[in-house]
Amino acid sequence: MTDIKNNTTNTSRQILSGRHLLAIEDISIPEITALLDLAETYVELNRQVEKKQSILRGRTHINLFFEASTRTQSSFELAGKRLSADVMNMSVKSSSVSKGETLLDTAMTLNAMHPDILVVRHHASGAAELLAQKVSGAVINAGDGQHEHPTQALLDALTIRRKLKKLEGLVIAICGDIKHSRVARSNINLLLKMGAEVRLIAPLTLLPADVERLGVQVFTSMEEGVRGADVVMMLRLQLERMDGAYVPSAREFYHFYGLTQKKLELAKEDAMVMHPGPMNRGVEIDSTIADGMQSYIQKQVEMGVAVRMAVLDALARNLPGGNANNEANS
Amino acid sequence: MVIANRDKTRRAYVNAQLVDPASGLNEKGGVLIEDGRIVSIGKAVTARTSSSAATITDCKGRTLFPGLVDMCVYTGEPGTEYRETLASASKAAAAGGVTTMIVMPSTDPVIDDAAIVDFILRRARDTASVRVAPMAAITKGLKGKAMTEFGLLQEAGAVAVTDGLKGVENAAILRRAMSYANTFGLLLVQHVEDASLAVGVMNEGETATRLGLPGIPCQAETIMLERDLRLVELTGARYHASQISCRDSLEVMRHAKDKGLPVSCGVSINHLTLNHNDIGAYRTFFKLSPPLRSEEDRQALVEGVADGTIDIIVSGHNPQSADTKRLPFAEAASGAIGLETMFAAAMGLVQGGDLSISRLVEALSATPAKLLGLESGTLAPGRPADFVIADLEKPWLVEDTRLHSLSKNSPFEHRSLEGQIMQTIVAGRQVYAYNQ
Repeated sequence: MTDIKNNTTNTSRQILSGRHLLAIEDISIPEITALLDLAETYVELNRQVEKKQSILRGRTHINLFFEASTRTQSSFELAGKRLSADVMNMSVKSSSVSKGETLLDTAMTLNAMHPDILVVRHHASGAAELLAQKVSGAVINAGDGQHEHPTQALLDALTIRRKLKKLEGLVIAICGDIKHSRVARSNINLLLKMGAEVRLIAPLTLLPADVERLGVQVFTSMEEGVRGADVVMMLRLQLERMDGAYVPSAREFYHFYGLTQKKLELAKEDAMVMHPGPMNRGVEIDSTIADGMQSYIQKQVEMGVAVRMAVLDALARNLPGGNANNEANS
Repeated sequence: MVIANRDKTRRAYVNAQLVDPASGLNEKGGVLIEDGRIVSIGKAVTARTSSSAATITDCKGRTLFPGLVDMCVYTGEPGTEYRETLASASKAAAAGGVTTMIVMPSTDPVIDDAAIVDFILRRARDTASVRVAPMAAITKGLKGKAMTEFGLLQEAGAVAVTDGLKGVENAAILRRAMSYANTFGLLLVQHVEDASLAVGVMNEGETATRLGLPGIPCQAETIMLERDLRLVELTGARYHASQISCRDSLEVMRHAKDKGLPVSCGVSINHLTLNHNDIGAYRTFFKLSPPLRSEEDRQALVEGVADGTIDIIVSGHNPQSADTKRLPFAEAASGAIGLETMFAAAMGLVQGGDLSISRLVEALSATPAKLLGLESGTLAPGRPADFVIADLEKPWLVEDTRLHSLSKNSPFEHRSLEGQIMQTIVAGRQVYAYNQ
């Protein structure tokens, strides 16, 4: 196993003050910066032939997913494995929940197996917070209902920072189903903290109440919203919201809020195009743009693994027997 | 309303600060009772004047006022006795100064039949330490479709009709229910929330947006309230909105009262003392129906009680077990217990200068008794000897080990409240005495 040379981050330094990572709202600007700096080192590591580190050797990392997920779950799994943790995947959809077991029962059962890190995704807002109160290890929120998805916001920030060298002062347009999006909430929290200007673009049925009070600008016209933007972040519109409940049809949504070349040209030249995936091509984003020169969608996936390694590393330092702990005890 | 043990002894409670809004009384004095009823009150009742034949209790200058009449209490009897029985609820009530609990029909089976009214009254007589009277359902099974037998239910002892936490949605059905209730002079109590608009789990606004929880706009309440009041105009029925939660509803109520309609409304102690920010990190004990609103709404509600737009205060006591509360917020049950903390929490408003003690006692006792046609709610001679002696300044800590309710879902848990009930007397008999 190789350790990265010239790793600028001291491996015993404490990065996060809390035991868990539940929401961007809970963490500070220095914590975000430190996580992104640490993630940079993992980007380099992941591009080497030998990608393995021993930081989490002996640690048990469980992915507890109550909602189906391909990319987030495999990203966390790979991150854990590259840091030498024993990774177990639990898709709860197919097991105990169908037998009437509650979220906490499942969590307590797993807790009895002494996991060090529990990565949880659940359809209810606040589920990660509830788990964190009851388990002894570290909890990472991998998406709770319509609340937050902190590692997504961190990987988006890393992607932007690597290209544009900063976050402060950037104009970032987030477009689509804001109301139901945990990705949007985490990104709003992170980008505002880091001093970016955040614009939300959506029809009024897809905007949550009083969202402007968070400190964002709200646009119903995509043309106005993307004008001069450094980054255009598209969100996924769930199929079930397109049947007349929130928007009348996919084609009407595409007409007004789909990202096309024409609309993209209103943004800054070379503006970054991002999407958390999975995409609905031809609904919220045109295929030629998704696969085009300005698209950073594949980059986001790459940054995802690095950011999750950084989060796992940072939280492991705070665990009993972790580096930050040893230092504190010595 | 049957109460099993009436104390026939002649007793005098002297050296008290008497507060009886119904007779406009707020003065030092005593109360003389006999055979479970009040014989006389006022300055003239002292240790000296009563010494001949009465047992004397020195109230040591504490405040004595009519027992509270809580017009909105949910129990689990019959059906979910693990949550709360009439007996356990009555213990909490006694400790909170509540001498009459009005229990809601949302039980299993639903109180929609005279036999179940009878069951409640008999169980209460045999097991409860305070007075219990049920409201009956407006519609069979609370399903919002077919009317129950208002006349027979009233004869059996139901004091009003309500569908509990469900509002009657269909305007035609509600109109007929109002007309029919009016035939018997029966009060119709409605949960004002339009279910089709109230699809969220907390107040709509910035806090809900931050938490990623679907919101319920105030309009879900005001739309239903405005519609109902139009139907009151049409039918002339006596109507009471069980719990209002937002500022806009006050305007609606004021307008209806100005027109002279026979309407009234209540507010829960939770909505007078808490707001939606108390939910914090998804604390389900603060999940209520109607939901807790903003601080501006809360302040407006307090003013509404002070100026009489809101007639009464209720606990909205709704016991929920850990099984239904230790869940993600959206999946958790609504409701909070409150019988035992209502008075002390409300005293915070008196100490803060928002309400006078007389207005508080009126909203907690005299007015609900009047709305339901009960004899209690006043210390007037000849009325039942249902009253409370309280130390208005004494602080206490709300801990679940201390609460008498079988369920512990108190939003005031770990808070320090001021205002300790020292003694509760029902029909002349002491049902609670503070000892420590």
